[in-house]
Amino acid sequence: MEWETVIGLEVHAQLKTKSKIFSGAPTAYGAAPNTQANVVDAALPGVLPVLNGEAARMAARFGLAVGATVHKRSVFARKNYFYPDLPKGYQISQYEQPIVERGRLEITTASGEKVIGITRAHLEEDAGKSLHEDMGGFTGIDLNRAGTPLLEIVSEPDMRSAAEAVAYLKTLHTLVRYLDICDGNMQEGSFRCDANVSVRPLGETRLGTRAELKNINSFRFVERAIEYEVRRQIALLSSGGQVRQETRLYDSARDETRSMRSKEEANDYRYFPDPDLPTLVLTDAFLAEVKETMPELPDAKRRRFCAQYGLSAYDAGVLTASRELARYYEEAVEAAAVEPKLVANWVTGELAARLNEEGLDIASAKVTAQALAGLVRRVADGTVSGKTAKDVFEAMWAGEGSADAIIASRGLRQISDDSAIEEVVRQVIEANPKQLAQYRAGEEKVFTFFVGQTMKASRGKANPAKVNEILKRLLAP
Amino acid sequence: MVACHGSTLHRIPLLNAEDIEKVAHLARLGLTREEGQAYAQDLSRILGLVSQMNAVPTDGVEPMTHPDEAGLRFREDVVSGEIDRDRLLAVAPKTRDGLYLVPKVIE
Repeated sequence: MEWETVIGLEVHAQLKTKSKIFSGAPTAYGAAPNTQANVVDAALPGVLPVLNGEAARMAARFGLAVGATVHKRSVFARKNYFYPDLPKGYQISQYEQPIVERGRLEITTASGEKVIGITRAHLEEDAGKSLHEDMGGFTGIDLNRAGTPLLEIVSEPDMRSAAEAVAYLKTLHTLVRYLDICDGNMQEGSFRCDANVSVRPLGETRLGTRAELKNINSFRFVERAIEYEVRRQIALLSSGGQVRQETRLYDSARDETRSMRSKEEANDYRYFPDPDLPTLVLTDAFLAEVKETMPELPDAKRRRFCAQYGLSAYDAGVLTASRELARYYEEAVEAAAVEPKLVANWVTGELAARLNEEGLDIASAKVTAQALAGLVRRVADGTVSGKTAKDVFEAMWAGEGSADAIIASRGLRQISDDSAIEEVVRQVIEANPKQLAQYRAGEEKVFTFFVGQTMKASRGKANPAKVNEILKRLLAP
Repeated sequence: MVACHGSTLHRIPLLNAEDIEKVAHLARLGLTREEGQAYAQDLSRILGLVSQMNAVPTDGVEPMTHPDEAGLRFREDVVSGEIDRDRLLAVAPKTRDGLYLVPKVIE
């Protein structure tokens, strides 16, 4: 039987506020335990939550970016459950009336473009962290993360493969960083994903029973966890079994998902509107301001890069993957004042490869946009060949100075002067009479031998186009 | 306004022992059999009141969660207030290296 996979994703994006969603405690990552949790976060009796307006602003910015309805009135609710890293005994979240509903995100996959529906996005507070290792049989609780603002973004079950799920996640990841509402750091848990996965016979319109996969903290693991889960469910159904609706944990070390039985009864959260927090009201003025301060979004930037710089959709996609990379490219284009496509080749080629090798992001690139522009200009005006320029780039990366300084100190200036090249070519031909005879006897592949010898004799500095042209002329019988 | 027929309500046994057990478990309350029976009666009475309210026709009425129109006041996004970890930890039964210690929880 042929099966169809159905996936919906829930993403928890930590919002980049300085203080917590309902308290004035700081949100910086990695502080000593419990040094960033105040009386509100520790849920001491008598405290009251006060909403951080910036969290509402960020949620609204997200809503507008995905073409969703940003509700002028939304309501905070209590989600009741007991867990030691949630000291109040409830999480403040939004339930029946979330701040954002009905948006859409366009993704690009191998099979083309596709629109994924966004059901809703709501504001809530994060819980603390439980530490189980080396606690002498106890569990340690660090409340630093408690009260950090989260935007939970829930998609429609619109994805049909693990690859689509990853494409959606990556698009969303890019978007929240563009919007400057989340730092997107998956290792630190700033961008977390749960996946609802089910399968059904192809052509069936009802949804199959789903499993919710948790604990998937990288794009690669999302893909693997979903693929494992799909195989598991198909095997189960094919052998006459049934999928149980449950929460499963992804174990990346074993590359499998495991049932998390403790949640069996926990789904009864008994939500009710939080009496401590009046209705969240967004005024027209507030929404107008959010709209006005909206940055250029990835899609718009990609289209602009194609139109303005004459780039392919692929290049434009790579260059707009992050706001920082796009800014780097535009700075380099402006400084180089040469064909923008040439600059794109360098940014997506040598620079990207080097960053990748060293695991750096664009902000830590050892060659600045201006410095790269200096090099690309020397390629464009013929001072160095593309091949030599790669060596110059390496030297720049190693901190040896500007392109011009390196070209001068290493004597790398390309020889484009016809008579100088002709001189070298004559010497090469003279030194290799046997190969000359072969060439003239019709063995054309000997030509590359002469090119190689000429480049060698000029220590790589001869302009290759000119070498070809002069060799052809002088080798001719 | 709907007239109150409160006197007839507490004769309706709306909640049984099993319901009470479930609610108590969700609230992590340990109840004796006698307490359970007492709560069954009290809660049934409350539910009776709710069912009486449910009888009011509310078609076309917007649900209201909070009786004020002004809405939430926003706090500015600045770090404020003090954090005295030692004082907060001092009220916990058990701590170590700045962490609260609780009975082991395993997911």
